[in-house]
Amino acid sequence: MNIVERFKNYLLRHIQVMLSSLGELWRHPLASIMTIVVIGIALALPAGLLVMLTNVAQISGQWQDSHQISLFLNDEVGDTRGQQLAEQLLSWPDISAVEFKSSSESLEEFRELSGLGSMLDNLPKNPLPAVIIVQAADDFSETENIEDLLDRLARMQDIALAQLDMQWLQRLRSLNQTAQRAIQILAALLSISVLLVIGNTIRLSILNRQAEIRVIKLVGGTNAFVRRPFLYTGFWYGFLGGVVAWLTLLTSLAVISGPINALASQYDNVFSLQWLAGELFLALPLLGVLLGVLGAWLAVGKHLSAIEPN
Amino acid sequence: MINFNQVYKRYPNQYEALSGLSFHLERGEMAFLTGHSGAGKSTLLKLIALIERSTHGQVIINNQNLGRMPKWKVPYYRRMIGLVFQDHNLLHDRTVFDNVALPLIISGENHREIGRRVRAALDKVGLLGKERNLPIALSGGEQQRVGIARAVVNRPPILLADEPTGNLDPELSQEIMQLFEQFNQVGVTVFIASHDHDLISRMPYRRIVLQNGRLAE
Ligand SMILES: Nc1ncnc2c1ncn2[C@@H]1O[C@H](COP(=O)(O)OP(=O)(O)O)[C@@H](O)[C@H]1O
Ligand SMILES: [Mg+2]
Repeated sequence: MNIVERFKNYLLRHIQVMLSSLGELWRHPLASIMTIVVIGIALALPAGLLVMLTNVAQISGQWQDSHQISLFLNDEVGDTRGQQLAEQLLSWPDISAVEFKSSSESLEEFRELSGLGSMLDNLPKNPLPAVIIVQAADDFSETENIEDLLDRLARMQDIALAQLDMQWLQRLRSLNQTAQRAIQILAALLSISVLLVIGNTIRLSILNRQAEIRVIKLVGGTNAFVRRPFLYTGFWYGFLGGVVAWLTLLTSLAVISGPINALASQYDNVFSLQWLAGELFLALPLLGVLLGVLGAWLAVGKHLSAIEPN
Repeated sequence: MINFNQVYKRYPNQYEALSGLSFHLERGEMAFLTGHSGAGKSTLLKLIALIERSTHGQVIINNQNLGRMPKWKVPYYRRMIGLVFQDHNLLHDRTVFDNVALPLIISGENHREIGRRVRAALDKVGLLGKERNLPIALSGGEQQRVGIARAVVNRPPILLADEPTGNLDPELSQEIMQLFEQFNQVGVTVFIASHDHDLISRMPYRRIVLQNGRLAE
């Protein structure tokens, strides 16, 4: 046998084992499906949370870019002066948009948002200042520049307070990081459980085939030969589990996309749900295959030495 | 071909199954290994097939010192030894053909070669018509002949048999022995463990007799 033919036989053998492992799963459909669904759910859970988090990060990222500054005006500044100031600011090159809100408009808005209604009529005087909301120009993405702008604005005499509307965003972001860490831990734990599920399933099938393994070793089968069908079984469990996970996500996201789009339309559609469908379609089966083959390897390894001579 | 030099085998429970065993079998020789039950016959064959390793002494097969053989080489070494067992060790969920083909699949033969050699081996043991059957559908004697076909299908230079006729009536036993003789006539070294004295005494081959793990005189 020359090298080329040997390699061809080897490849053919692999394909044959790959297909017969799939056939083996097919022969016990109920047990196989249960295992695959368990794997699918375990993979879908962290992936789904990751999708959520990615979306939150994307939304907060959009808001970060908007660089919004609130300028609270001194009490004695009247509406006309406020308007003028706003227009003046608009001419600055590093400001792209302004919006003036008189103190009575601010009160109206507060009344609406707070739901306090006529209770506010009892106040002796309007406690809210007039506000100019300033959008920094887009090319001012550097924090230092916006701090600089903030500084200049704060030093103007009509302005009581200039505030960068980013604190809540920073909070959201650190919350997001915490959630990300939590999801990483969850993903690690669930990966281990996938490993154990596959390992245990394959351990059972090894026990069922111990006589066969013994005979294979007695007639000169290598460890690689014994291992191969089990590795392919792990491969199929992981791959199909990954596909199930993807389908599960797709279905769940389709179900919640309705409410989310409704929510988005209330916020001028500044965000839309990102499914990461393409990435996950690759990543989930790949991760499944990785875990499946590893789980199978670990399960077989222990049993190979048990049948060795000595 | 088979060379034992002061071989000891002690099992993990400290039982010494073989003690200071030395003997030699020529290439192409056929011999019987006899002795009472528990004398150490199976243990001796296991040492040759590297299912067990000796505790002391040298086992040299086909000029290879088994004591020095690394683990990864063992499967390749076993491919030059055909093994026949009393209980056949067939895979019951596979056809006769697939059982016999196993050693060839393991050594990576191509499809056509496998078909050719399996049929040749089955022809030799007289089971050519039964290749699609499951072992369950065969008689005890036929199952043993499938086991023999599997042992010789990749043409090993050494054939070991551990009580191959243990479950068979005298007539079938005789047939099986004749099969072994045929393989020996084409140059295979054949070593058969058996305590069937009637059968052995009617055949003109050397006898190695064990008694409590030693050679009996
Ligand atoms: N794996 C083992 N562990 C401990 N003792 C064993 C083992 N295998 C065989 N023996 C003991 O070694 C002795 C020889 O066994 P064996 O080689 O099977 O004899 P035979 O095949 O001649 O009947 C017996 O007393 C048996 O109990
Ligand atoms: Mg025995």
